[in-house]
Amino acid sequence: MKIAIASGKGGTGKTTLSTNLAAYLAEKQEVVLVDLDVEEPNSGLFIKAELLREEEKYKMIPQWNPDTCILCGNCQEVCNFHAVLKLGEQIMVFPELCHSCYACSELCPTNSLPMVPQKMGELKHFNSGTLSFIESRLEIGQEQAVPLIRQTNKYVEECFSEQVIKLFDSPPGTSCPVIEATKDADFIILVTEPTPFGLHDLTLAVETMRELKKNFGVVINRHGIGNDEVEKYCSAENIPLLARIPNDRQIAELYSRGELLYKKIPGVKEQLDLLIHHIEGLESAGER
Amino acid sequence: MKIAFTTKGAKWDAQMDTRFGRAQFILLYDDSTDSFTSIDNSAVENVAHGAGPQTAQKLFDLKPNVLITGNGPGGNAATVLTKAGLKIYIGAGDMTVRQAYEAYKQGELKAF
Repeated sequence: MKIAIASGKGGTGKTTLSTNLAAYLAEKQEVVLVDLDVEEPNSGLFIKAELLREEEKYKMIPQWNPDTCILCGNCQEVCNFHAVLKLGEQIMVFPELCHSCYACSELCPTNSLPMVPQKMGELKHFNSGTLSFIESRLEIGQEQAVPLIRQTNKYVEECFSEQVIKLFDSPPGTSCPVIEATKDADFIILVTEPTPFGLHDLTLAVETMRELKKNFGVVINRHGIGNDEVEKYCSAENIPLLARIPNDRQIAELYSRGELLYKKIPGVKEQLDLLIHHIEGLESAGER
Repeated sequence: MKIAFTTKGAKWDAQMDTRFGRAQFILLYDDSTDSFTSIDNSAVENVAHGAGPQTAQKLFDLKPNVLITGNGPGGNAATVLTKAGLKIYIGAGDMTVRQAYEAYKQGELKAF
């Protein structure tokens, strides 16, 4: 079972929910939590585990060889991202714009643009008993999160069997990195806050998940602030409201110290139970 | 000397475009012949990535001596423009092309 935790708006509590849900589920079964917010991974602040493995991750970009190039300009014609430009007597490659599609390289008549690896980030694999934690971090200056998210997903796929519950802490927003982080999930939990801003971005996230034809539900975090428009929206749209995590000063205090909530706040544990109950219902429905 | 402007229209009294990569037009003024040409750059609107380097490439081919623009080019475009060896002046985003040219002549624009 693969569950992605996403949101439209940033800062709604994706990581809070991901880490608490992962640790709580791991009390009974094997779980892997994957931080796919590679531009700013922070699940690791809440997970105490031992580092098992560290890998450098690379993307392939073309490198110009001026000695064999005949300056035909074919490379810039075929590049959809303007990552290769012919400027007078030279070819310039912009690695940040390159999507590693190989078109310029493969279609170069003189093989003057061989693909070479460029480091884009690092993956770390941690473990603590039944809880595994994978975190990928993009290098400073790298602009594309998608290739690293894709490679991280591949790593998880290769390392963990079908039986292991997989939780994916996704990036905020609704753009390409979010699509990449959620497109293979069996279920998406959209975390929002009950404010006009929260509702606005939730509707964008809902549209995205519907476009992807995903099964999803909503968790309201900081329940008690704002208004009840999110609840009204969910009921009007027939979106299951899975849990309501209360707005509570003690939660903020624990969070600020990097501690998990459910062990100390019974209200949070109750809400996680509701969420897990829903997920287990999906699982057994899937098995039938 | 050839001077390029990023603009929102093809006329001398058009507003400057503050954006570089996604500028609607590039106007080219040659003060030695007092001639004026405009290049429609609006197709760049449909480009999701790499608008900056693409517009910079156009300038590379036009070979102006000076570029007058608003906010200034981003990193990728600046790399290309540096190769083209032209001087860049910024801060003319709120002016008309005519005003920007006058300001440039008076030395009132900031070098990028």
